[in-house]
Amino acid sequence: MKATIGLLILFFLKLSTHARTIVTCPECPIKSVHEAYDLAQNCDSIIIKKGQYQIDNLIVKKQIAILGYENPRLISKSGGEILTIASNNVSVSGIIFKGVKTNFLKENAAIHILKVKDFEISNNVFEECFFGIYVEKGKRGSIHGNNIYGNAKVEADSGNGIHAWYCDSLEIYNNNIRGHRDGIYFEFVNNSKIYNNRSFENLRYGLHFMFSNDDQYTRNTFENNGVGVAVMFSRRIKMLENIFIRNWGHAAYGLLLKEIYDAEIIKNTFKENTVGVFVEGSNRINYQRNDFIRNGYAIKFSGGCESNRISYNNFLHNSLDMLVSSKLLDNSLSQNYWSEYAGYDLDKNGNGDIPYYPVKLYSYILNQVPESVVLMRSLFVEIVNFSEKISPQFTPKDVFDASPKMTINQ
Amino acid sequence: MIKINNLHKSYKKNKVLKGLNLTFDHKGILALLGPNGSGKTTLLKCILGLIIPDEGQILFQGKNIKSEFKYRTEIGYLPQIAQFPENLTGNELIDLMRNIKPRTNRAEELIKLFNLENELDKKMGNLSGGNKQKINIVIAMMSDDPFLILDEPSTGLDPLSIRKLKALLTEEKNRGKMIIVTTHIMDLAEDLADKVLFMLDGKIRYNGGMMELLDQEEEDSLENAIANLLENKKKV
Amino acid sequence: MKYILKYSFYEMVRSKWAYIYTGFYLCVTFALYLLSNDLDKTLISLSNITLALTPLIGILFGTSYYYSSKEFLQLLLSQPISRWHLFLGMYGGMAITLCVSILIGIGLPLISFGILSSASVNLFLLLMTMACTLSVIFSLIAFLIAMQFDDKVKGLSISIFIWLFFAILYDGFTLLLLFLFKDYPLDKFTIGAVITNPIDLARILITMNLDVSAMMGYTGAVMSKFLGKGIGMVVITISLILWTLIPLGLLKQMGIKKDF
Repeated sequence: MKATIGLLILFFLKLSTHARTIVTCPECPIKSVHEAYDLAQNCDSIIIKKGQYQIDNLIVKKQIAILGYENPRLISKSGGEILTIASNNVSVSGIIFKGVKTNFLKENAAIHILKVKDFEISNNVFEECFFGIYVEKGKRGSIHGNNIYGNAKVEADSGNGIHAWYCDSLEIYNNNIRGHRDGIYFEFVNNSKIYNNRSFENLRYGLHFMFSNDDQYTRNTFENNGVGVAVMFSRRIKMLENIFIRNWGHAAYGLLLKEIYDAEIIKNTFKENTVGVFVEGSNRINYQRNDFIRNGYAIKFSGGCESNRISYNNFLHNSLDMLVSSKLLDNSLSQNYWSEYAGYDLDKNGNGDIPYYPVKLYSYILNQVPESVVLMRSLFVEIVNFSEKISPQFTPKDVFDASPKMTINQ
Repeated sequence: MIKINNLHKSYKKNKVLKGLNLTFDHKGILALLGPNGSGKTTLLKCILGLIIPDEGQILFQGKNIKSEFKYRTEIGYLPQIAQFPENLTGNELIDLMRNIKPRTNRAEELIKLFNLENELDKKMGNLSGGNKQKINIVIAMMSDDPFLILDEPSTGLDPLSIRKLKALLTEEKNRGKMIIVTTHIMDLAEDLADKVLFMLDGKIRYNGGMMELLDQEEEDSLENAIANLLENKKKV
Repeated sequence: MKYILKYSFYEMVRSKWAYIYTGFYLCVTFALYLLSNDLDKTLISLSNITLALTPLIGILFGTSYYYSSKEFLQLLLSQPISRWHLFLGMYGGMAITLCVSILIGIGLPLISFGILSSASVNLFLLLMTMACTLSVIFSLIAFLIAMQFDDKVKGLSISIFIWLFFAILYDGFTLLLLFLFKDYPLDKFTIGAVITNPIDLARILITMNLDVSAMMGYTGAVMSKFLGKGIGMVVITISLILWTLIPLGLLKQMGIKKDF
């Protein structure tokens, strides 16, 4: 009984300490974040007030909340990492991080999350940091509302905005990421959700999956990256309602799929990308109700792709709808709307009566002789395409939409 | 006064004018005669600047006409074929010409003379050949130029209009104009002209008075006189 | 010259061919829009049509207008007016007619469908400009041909061949050469080839807007610069201006020397 009471007292003591907040500011008695951290115990909050703080890798091993008040700036003294989160249940919010320099030996990040669970990184700003947030073996964490702006110029000496490695059940949402190598990078990350983010002007990929399974990303916008999203060697990824826009350049794609299986690509918009979707060796993928608008190519298939279903999509004014550089097996095209389709619907069932062949001969010419891009839409090219359509010699006879829609799929 | 010195013109190997020397200073009507291909039209076109001679020069009032165009304010020209833009009306054509050559205007008088009042609002494409030719004449003569060059003026005209044309030309002659007419109709030439210029193979065969020509050939009609000239050529 | 221009325009604009030409564009534009109900699609189809058709009609109109007004031209040439102004006026009246046909036949319906307040307004303006530019250039070439060949049948046949050459054959040869020498850097050759064909110039200016995403996929440094709007647009615009000025200079040269 005594023991129980003793425990209870201990418990209440503990609760009373929970209310403690430690304030630090340049004019306060506690002037540095390190000092404040030393004073803190589990469940305490550290409030960092407005001001600049030089800081040298604070390793957080206590379950605390670090809160910024009126946008304090934490600036890396040595150019190395600023915070390393090495305890569960840590939250960091409202802080501006700055001064993490490029390092070729160590992937330095403003916040490094190391083998912990239940963290929350929210509403921070990362200015020109090598890596913004680096999650190593983290679980059940959430990263949201952050603005992560890098100034990457060259791929080789730039880092990622959010980098996750061997993680599970992360939630990443409402972030803006710009100017890094990859906006968000996932390697061996499973069961995670990425939504409502905006990833733009990153050198390589807006979002990058490697060896990650059962993840889902929805309603994100990927604009003007090297490649909007690259999904590689991953399974069961759901891609829903995202916008891939203006990813321009040689080898620039809205979405790059490489060796992935069982993915769902639904209700996305691919607009004005050099290639809307580039697919290499990917099987059992379901493309549905996507809009492909004014891309160079809407979809480019290369390498063996099996059992892909492409249906109810809208292909609107793409320079070329499709290029198939290898044999496609058991793929199906149906019920898509193609703005180039010039057929008719006599039986009034909403589907055109003659099939649509989306692969044109010019696609192959362009692939072989890139300079021929200047001949796009020329009368000669149209004639070549037309004669190929009449008697196909080079284009695959089995890639066609037997039931092209007469009106745009809603 | 128009003075022509050593005028040559050839189309490829075909020599059309072979060194013409001429002076037009005669007030009155000169009939320019000669068979097809004798170089009549080429000569006229050279004077008008339509054709650029290979050699030789043309002086108009003492000035070389080469690459000039202002001298043409003094010349009225009636082309051989009355082909006008089909979709313009007579009025518009007259207006166009009036703007190019803005001088004393006799258009109304001439229109009345040829009874064209009701034709001028019609498109040229809908007019008969005769009416086109009448408008052609109106346009050529309306600016009252001291020099007139008329290429086959009677083409397509009815006898009444021909009579009016003759009267008109005689009147113009009496007003002191210099008129050059080409025609195939010898009667017309005989009635009108007081001088004859006969061309053959790009050269001048006769240049002188009408009466003198008839005397020289001992014929009583121009037609026979010309026929004689042509016969002689064959003999030579 | 003003009056020549004015009446040359009157003559052309009242001709049945001008009506047929305008009517054709009106029909096509309405039909395309009503069938697709999609301004972008209509605009894309129209640019394909006009790029082929405006040069053809321009060159045919030009030659036949010249031949049909040959006699009247003689009368005008005998008037106190300089040859250069005369040709400029006659040519100008015809070129303006062609442009008016295009603006009424394509421009008016598209404006009535609300293109000016749509996102494609730039493409629309560009298309109108290019259609007019091609008309201007090809009717000018037509005048040169007609002036060179007094025989109407010959002149018309050569006109059609010139169109066929620039509209189709030229691109065919270019592609053939690109294929034959595809192992060599061909950037500069390609740009050169394009610049010497006015139809290609106009088309590329349009595709730069329409297919910018595809154009960006090209790797060659010189040509990506060329295709990357800024410099390319300047080069193309200058080339198109030269394509107008040089034939105009030729017209002047030929017109002054020619016998009528």
